[in-house]
Amino acid sequence: MESFVHVVILSMLVTTAIAIVRVKDLFAVTMLAGIYGLLSASFFVLMDAHDVAFTEAAVGAGISTLLILTTLSMTGRFEKASVKPQTDYRPVLALVLVTVTGALLIYGTQDMPGFGTADAPAQTHVVPRYLNDSATEIGIPNVVASILASYRGYDTFGEVVVIFTAGIGVLAMIMSKASSTPVVQTSLMSDHVVLRIVSKMLIPLIMMFALYVQFHGEYGPGGGFQAGVIFASAFILYAMLFGLTEARKVVNNTVVQLLSALGVLLYASVGVVAMINGGSFLDYDFLSADPVAGQMLGILLVELGVGITVASVMIIIFFTFTARSQKAGEPD
Amino acid sequence: MEFLGLFNYWVVIVLMMIGFYIVICSNNLIKKLIGLTIFQTSVFIMYISMGKITGGTAPVLADGITLYSNPLTHVLILTAIVVGIATTALGLAIVVRIHEGYGTVEEDEIHARDKQA
Repeated sequence: MESFVHVVILSMLVTTAIAIVRVKDLFAVTMLAGIYGLLSASFFVLMDAHDVAFTEAAVGAGISTLLILTTLSMTGRFEKASVKPQTDYRPVLALVLVTVTGALLIYGTQDMPGFGTADAPAQTHVVPRYLNDSATEIGIPNVVASILASYRGYDTFGEVVVIFTAGIGVLAMIMSKASSTPVVQTSLMSDHVVLRIVSKMLIPLIMMFALYVQFHGEYGPGGGFQAGVIFASAFILYAMLFGLTEARKVVNNTVVQLLSALGVLLYASVGVVAMINGGSFLDYDFLSADPVAGQMLGILLVELGVGITVASVMIIIFFTFTARSQKAGEPD
Repeated sequence: MEFLGLFNYWVVIVLMMIGFYIVICSNNLIKKLIGLTIFQTSVFIMYISMGKITGGTAPVLADGITLYSNPLTHVLILTAIVVGIATTALGLAIVVRIHEGYGTVEEDEIHARDKQA
């Protein structure tokens, strides 16, 4: 039965993707991309990857859709109807290339182990060690969190730096000079009483849920990455409904920018403290006299750093895009 | 259900090729980025499919459960999703700048502008 459900979801994903190819209205394409994100999140739940599903639902269906919509408000809604004949584009050639590549790849899958087999190489190499020893070494039930923050802490540090860098990149690219002295503009949405009241009720709940996901991440699905995007979506919702000017009063530009750096700094400091205590970089065993307590403290701080950076970078990105589109004369 | 053994991977390849087709064939820069997202998500689906074990459960340790799905693939994809949105945002920022500079986000018009200059 279970395998039947995932086959259905995968077929819906393919259908959505084909629709994205064919539709010319970019607004519709964006909505389809949101559906695509939500479908893949459902697929991840079926595959037992709850942590991933959280993130994909918030990112794929929420934040990325909003960002593309904001960009569309600046660049125009429709794709050019048809490619002119004199250009170099040859769709047939591309179709042949894509089909041949796809056929070769499908031929390659013949060597893959079957779906769901427990003795596949991916299951037998390093994973048994994580599953068997993490309870005694790290002392937290969520294996995903212990791998993310402790076993592969270097990796995660790199990812957080990448996110921080992308935030800086967006700021460098499109930060408008007007952003320091915001134009007073009221949102179009502020006339909608139902939207305004319902969202005012929802925003505190979203933030509480984000905090739960953040600090309960060691015991159930959750952690800094998921909590960060959920927390940011609360602010984004506020900015959408009440306008950027109002949202800027709640979270000041400078404060968010400082916070995004603070998260990375917190992560790195945990590593440095471990070094000062005689361990290697990010070796949480040395954070406390008891290695397991040290691991728990280290993971808590590191996840907090991740959460702060992810949330602030997402807020920065959304606010910067919206400020840019306002400059072009559009309301919020 | 034996014949479905590789179904997930075939879907991954189909999605990946659809994304690839959009990237090389679409003339609109925003649609190209959406194609890139489809491509990217297909890789996520591949990793998560590889991590699933039939009869397994989510990798949160609990008494009485012996079979867990692969937590490592989950970690890799979890971080990849957030990095993916950050890089997509950077791409969109570049598109916004291109639009301000050229007045269009259609690739052939941009090339035509470049040739004129």
